[in-house]
Amino acid sequence: MLAVDQREAFMSVVETRVGEPDSMKMDELSIENTIGKPLLEKKISMHCREVDVFYGDKQAIFDVSLDIGKNEVLAMIGPSGCGKSTFLRCLNRMNDTISSCKITGSIRLDGEDIYDPKVDVELLRARVGMVFQKPNPFPKSIYENIAYGPRIHGLTRDKTELDEIVETSLVRAGLWKEVKDRLDDVGTGLSGGQQQRLCIARAIAINPEVILMDEPCSALDPIATAIVEELIDELRQRYTIVIVTHSMQQAARVSQRTAYFHLGKLVEVDKTDRIFTNPSHGLTEAYITGRFG
Amino acid sequence: MTDRIKATVKRGQVREAIEQSLIRRRKRNRRFRMLGLGAVILGMLFLGMMFSSIISKGYSAFVRTDIQLEIYFDPEVIDPQGARNPDVLASATYGKLVKAALRKAYPEVKKRKGKRKLYRLVSTGAIQQLRDLVLSDPAIIGTRKKLWLIADDDVDQYYKHGENQSRLKGRQLAWMAQLRAKDALKTSFNTNFFTAGDSREPELAGIRGAVVGSFFVILITLGLSLPLGVAAAIYLEEFSPRNRWTDFVEININNLAAVPSIVFGLLGLAVYINFFELPRSAPLVGGLVLTLMTLPTIIIASRAALKSVPPSIREAALGMGASKMQMVFHHVLPLAMPGMLTGTIIGLAQALGETAPLLMIGMVAFIVDIPSSILDPATVLPVQIYLWADSPERAFTEKTSAAIMVLLAFLVLMNLFAIWLRRKFERRWD
Repeated sequence: MLAVDQREAFMSVVETRVGEPDSMKMDELSIENTIGKPLLEKKISMHCREVDVFYGDKQAIFDVSLDIGKNEVLAMIGPSGCGKSTFLRCLNRMNDTISSCKITGSIRLDGEDIYDPKVDVELLRARVGMVFQKPNPFPKSIYENIAYGPRIHGLTRDKTELDEIVETSLVRAGLWKEVKDRLDDVGTGLSGGQQQRLCIARAIAINPEVILMDEPCSALDPIATAIVEELIDELRQRYTIVIVTHSMQQAARVSQRTAYFHLGKLVEVDKTDRIFTNPSHGLTEAYITGRFG
Repeated sequence: MTDRIKATVKRGQVREAIEQSLIRRRKRNRRFRMLGLGAVILGMLFLGMMFSSIISKGYSAFVRTDIQLEIYFDPEVIDPQGARNPDVLASATYGKLVKAALRKAYPEVKKRKGKRKLYRLVSTGAIQQLRDLVLSDPAIIGTRKKLWLIADDDVDQYYKHGENQSRLKGRQLAWMAQLRAKDALKTSFNTNFFTAGDSREPELAGIRGAVVGSFFVILITLGLSLPLGVAAAIYLEEFSPRNRWTDFVEININNLAAVPSIVFGLLGLAVYINFFELPRSAPLVGGLVLTLMTLPTIIIASRAALKSVPPSIREAALGMGASKMQMVFHHVLPLAMPGMLTGTIIGLAQALGETAPLLMIGMVAFIVDIPSSILDPATVLPVQIYLWADSPERAFTEKTSAAIMVLLAFLVLMNLFAIWLRRKFERRWD
């Protein structure tokens, strides 16, 4: 409630300022072009160009162009309803499940347009894994949770290979020590933080190139959050990670680049320390200094 | 706004005002609880009345009365040639043996009318009893034996319930007193009730035919409606596009669930019997009709069960790169299974108790034989109850109640099975 009030207050400020041309520099608050460095020169994992997303008649994302670099953690921040989650879900076509959702522009993974009709969405989602806001392990054993992906994609030939994948994934997700003696227990019986790490282990079991994380710590307590953040930093060695977060501290801690979204537009992208110490756009500054959220 | 609040309750009186309203709230609360409790008690009362009425009327059908008679296995009657040919033994007129034994026991009865009354004490089922004895051991021929024979339903009713409940009169009552004095009357467990088919003679009528018929009908209903219903529910809920056509189908399914069951009977008569020319009175047709009737129930319950699977599980599966099909069959279906099975069993229980549509397809016929296949003429338990309730003989009253008890026992068993299934498959996902 407070957040909405603040935003409304801020927007009224924006309107009055727009109405008075001499009070402030226009380009500071208008969001015509993304400022910062949305595009990269090399080591690019995903290219997004001029992406528009519509829910029915309502446009949710306006003309977003953004590159996601290999082995980087890109944080997406912004007030509620700014479209950061929507944009994230475009990256592995999870929005396909919403029939009214329409996407234009191009999103490419290693040069391949993921919205090409010839693309198998199953393969895409195996290459671009996802971790959700609320931990959602399958109501099966811990072992089965991890083994599910390799099994449906036919990644293993026998049980020993599968056992190996399960162990490696759990080790990489930092969960192995805690669960190695109870792999047959139900995954939903773990604590919230453990469940989320189980979901991360499940995602990395099929060795994706990119992992999308949609507010992965919002349902966790501070200690579990710290563990998951540490894990994200380690995972960067092998995977490209895009993380949506409401916590600016989290964005500052785990990411190399940060993108700020506002009302469906990508306002500013830059190196994380620059965004948090010296933002170029007035809206970014207003958001990170907590004037609205 | 604030002015009005000040006007109704002054500052210092807030506490009193709340206390006043609390009293009112508690009263309302108490009244509601009493009402609920009253409703439950009333329901239990009626349930108790129903059960006590059925049980008190029906329990006596599980025992039958036997008469002890000394039977002379007369070789002249059974096997005049003495060849012991089984065909001859099977076709002999054993009724003569019973009549001879009765004449011998009551030599004072001379007139034809009196004799006829006398013969009526023993059931025609005794003939079958004697035939079975002779066929299993032909050496018995020529001997005299004291045997317990099935009594006629009038004797049975007299012995179990007294004079008022029986059609026996005058001399017959004197004979009954004599038999009682000689200890020649006893009750035994009525195995006939569970092993025989229907009969015009109440003491010989059993429910086996109806139970077997019900079993066949339910088997066909289950075998058709479960896969069809679950498949339809999965398609409609998970795969079908949302458009006017699927809306139309959905509305129709919901409406079908409310269609009176006799209409399904008419449909079955028109389609299965008149058009496809399937046999009348057959469990196959009964099963097909009840499948039509049960399908909407199963589809609606299954769709509700599918809907209740949390979307997070679907997202998790899709996010792993599972296809929609894999998502449904690996994750959604196992979680929806308990709900689907519960719905199915509720539908089947409904089908098991259904009478009206089966009347339309001829399952109301009087059928003595126990059906041996799904194409044989048969009847089902509720129709059997209906038939017996309609019969004039007093002895059928207790049969009716006993058959209701058997039907209720089946329903309770099915519900217990549903609960067991739900417990077994239920998994928590929070």
